[in-house]
Amino acid sequence: MQVSLTVNGRTQTAEIESRTLLVHYLREHLNLTGTHVGCETSYCGACTVLVDGKAIKSCTMLAVQTEGAAITTIEGLANGELHPVQQGFVERHGLQCGFCTPGMIMSAVALLDENDSPSEDEIRHGIEGNLCRCTGYHNIVKSIEYAAATMRGDDPPASDWEDES
Amino acid sequence: MFSRQFEYLAPTSLDDALSALASTPGAKIMSGGQSLIPLMKLRLFSPGTVVDIGRIDGLGDIVERDDHISIGALVRHNQTASDPLVAEHATALGQAAAWTGDHQVRNRGTTCGAMAHADIAADQPAAAIALGATMVARSSSGEREIPAQEFFVDALTSALSDDEILVELRVPTSTNGSTSAYDKLGRRGGHTDYAVAGVAVWVQVTDGSVSDARIGVTGVGTRPSLAEAAASALIGTDGNDEAITDAAALVTDGITVIEDLYGSVEYKTHLAKVFTERALRQALAG
Repeated sequence: MQVSLTVNGRTQTAEIESRTLLVHYLREHLNLTGTHVGCETSYCGACTVLVDGKAIKSCTMLAVQTEGAAITTIEGLANGELHPVQQGFVERHGLQCGFCTPGMIMSAVALLDENDSPSEDEIRHGIEGNLCRCTGYHNIVKSIEYAAATMRGDDPPASDWEDES
Repeated sequence: MFSRQFEYLAPTSLDDALSALASTPGAKIMSGGQSLIPLMKLRLFSPGTVVDIGRIDGLGDIVERDDHISIGALVRHNQTASDPLVAEHATALGQAAAWTGDHQVRNRGTTCGAMAHADIAADQPAAAIALGATMVARSSSGEREIPAQEFFVDALTSALSDDEILVELRVPTSTNGSTSAYDKLGRRGGHTDYAVAGVAVWVQVTDGSVSDARIGVTGVGTRPSLAEAAASALIGTDGNDEAITDAAALVTDGITVIEDLYGSVEYKTHLAKVFTERALRQALAG
């Protein structure tokens, strides 16, 4: 089947099988391998991308369902410099192995788009659809708090290690 | 994981979808795909044709009409969870929608899809039966209304015929003194994931006493069920703590509680009582 969509601002047209999942279309047809395939059962969220601004799991959406849609992947966030959420993950050590990171960041971008001042509780609920197996949630939450502050133009909260010094 | 090959149809009108369904044996309707796609990837289910209703206009709204609010076939869980009409008239459904799946799933999955899928541990079906909702099913030969409590037949089995699409869920508008609430234990703790046990309650209070009540239980049996004995026990009381405890003690009467990976019969029976009490307290406080 033919599908036409926009990925990170570029129009794409492809001839694909109807069973092709969005995540495989992104990774294998467009070589956008930043979006990860984790559990493949809609639990882990490593494959999270934005479809028309909403976070979805690209392992649980057919590429043909995205006809006419605008997709944003992790590769589409940086614009000359890192996106504030990406920068937050750098500044607050929001990753260990990095496997869940693209999905975590896309969920965080969607969260901050709806709520620019989330509480810690709202951040934790905002990433409920993303699993980290390094148990790095603490620093992921701190990274998102950092990003929220910088996106609002505020000073980011002090890091844990600055607190201790 | 890939599903087996299938033919994908994406009609842009309901009539086209209904005729595709009528003329293609074994065709399956897809709305958000959050239950269907995982089943197809695991090859537990391999329809030859998938009819995606996602491109049909006019199915994505929640509107108030006459004596009910109408939730269209393409209304996403997140939309149900945040809609002011749902919050006012169908509090239990809004809560159940907010605790369905996770953020990403709620952005794609639909309330009507969760009904049609009829998972034994889904949240929103319990709210639908407690609220006395009606399912509107359409086929190329007409439309029929199915009371929610008759809609859920068995595990993953609804009353829909092969040629029917669930086009709308209708919830009666709340009248003076009626309130509803939903509470659950999710498989991943708190409210997250499918319900190990979930209870939706609807109560009507007239002149200080409970004049009518319905209690819908999910997760514990092979389908969401009305707990009729518990509701009867509550009616006529003033809804005090003792009346709530007495009613909740009867919540699994007439329901065959099944053991599964998430709990024993004893544990699930206990949870059903606890969440009946909590949901009733919440509804009667509101």
